Amino acid sequence: MAYAQPHPRLSVVSNSSQSSSTDHLSPTTNSTRFSLPSAPSLHPPASNKSGPNRPNIYDRNLNKTRGAEVSSAAFAFLFSEIIQYTQKRVSGINDLERQLNTLGYRIGSRALELMVWRAEGSSKAPKREIKLLSVLVMIHAQVWKAVFGKTADAIERSVENPDEYMIVDNDPPIERYISVPRDMSQLSCSSFTAGIVEAVLDGLSFPARVTAHNTPIAQFPNRTTILIKLEKSVLEREELLK
Amino acid sequence: MAIFSLWVINKAGGLVYQRNFADGLAPLTSNEYLVLAGTLHGIHAITSRLSPMGSSSGVQVIEAETFKLNILLTVTGTKFVLLTSLTDTTADSVLQKVYDIYADAVMKNPFHTPEMPIRSEGFDTRIGSFIGTGQT
Repeated sequence: MAYAQPHPRLSVVSNSSQSSSTDHLSPTTNSTRFSLPSAPSLHPPASNKSGPNRPNIYDRNLNKTRGAEVSSAAFAFLFSEIIQYTQKRVSGINDLERQLNTLGYRIGSRALELMVWRAEGSSKAPKREIKLLSVLVMIHAQVWKAVFGKTADAIERSVENPDEYMIVDNDPPIERYISVPRDMSQLSCSSFTAGIVEAVLDGLSFPARVTAHNTPIAQFPNRTTILIKLEKSVLEREELLK
Repeated sequence: MAIFSLWVINKAGGLVYQRNFADGLAPLTSNEYLVLAGTLHGIHAITSRLSPMGSSSGVQVIEAETFKLNILLTVTGTKFVLLTSLTDTTADSVLQKVYDIYADAVMKNPFHTPEMPIRSEGFDTRIGSFIGTGQT
């Protein structure tokens, strides 16, 4: 509907402009050209709103966050179906994790856009994170808060590899109801989260490969580590910025 | 006051979960449990048609000399059965809570196949920590 409407309007205007080229001195053709055909198509949202349809999601205020949360039960069922659907269409655990990562990526790029808009949109001096550490802290706190409603539990730096960082979540909300069978034990459904993180890093020009790993401890059986392996160019730039 | 055992019976009468919590029950093989669950499913179907006063949801409690058997029928046809001692009064609330846990840890788990035996670690641990602590 929304896509079909501009076209009739455009064609009407071009038709009438053709006719007006033949007798463009007549005022009646001019008035019909602007009033009659284009008038109804100019206000399609008004007619939609008065109907039983609920207001369009795109009309909502982007900065209003209160009451905009999604029920965790509804999300749990949706995510469960996503995994079942994906699992039928992949050839192994790695493939499944990659698919979940791709799905998360689509969320991450949107989440970043929205977060920056909300945080910097009204600011007089908008800024952008360019330091790796502040980006990681932002992901750990703000991205987690925006997506999961809580902050992650730790940021760690790999001892062996300087290009590896880890974000730890003791109880990831998306895995709360999931029990992975033993024969798939290396599967981490937080690959979805890894995709979100990868998109945020990519969006801020910190290209990296992000993966998720189960690192259970006695106290937190669902503990998950999001492993960030940064590209070399990022580290070289960090050196220059020092 | 004790909780002896929990069964979950699917809507076709198959036993999909069985776990004992206290000693005192006669030891049975898994095949015998399956037969008992199927029989109970049949009895439940009969009792739901016997009511003299309109429709009935079927048997809810079966009492014996040494124990009672509490049944919770959900709207989807899944039955939760709790074997308790006669003095136990918490069975209804326990069954309701078990249903909650089932909805969370089984139905929201993408690796569970509906109507099939429950092999979900999350369900096991949650039931263990709930009924384990509910015991005296």
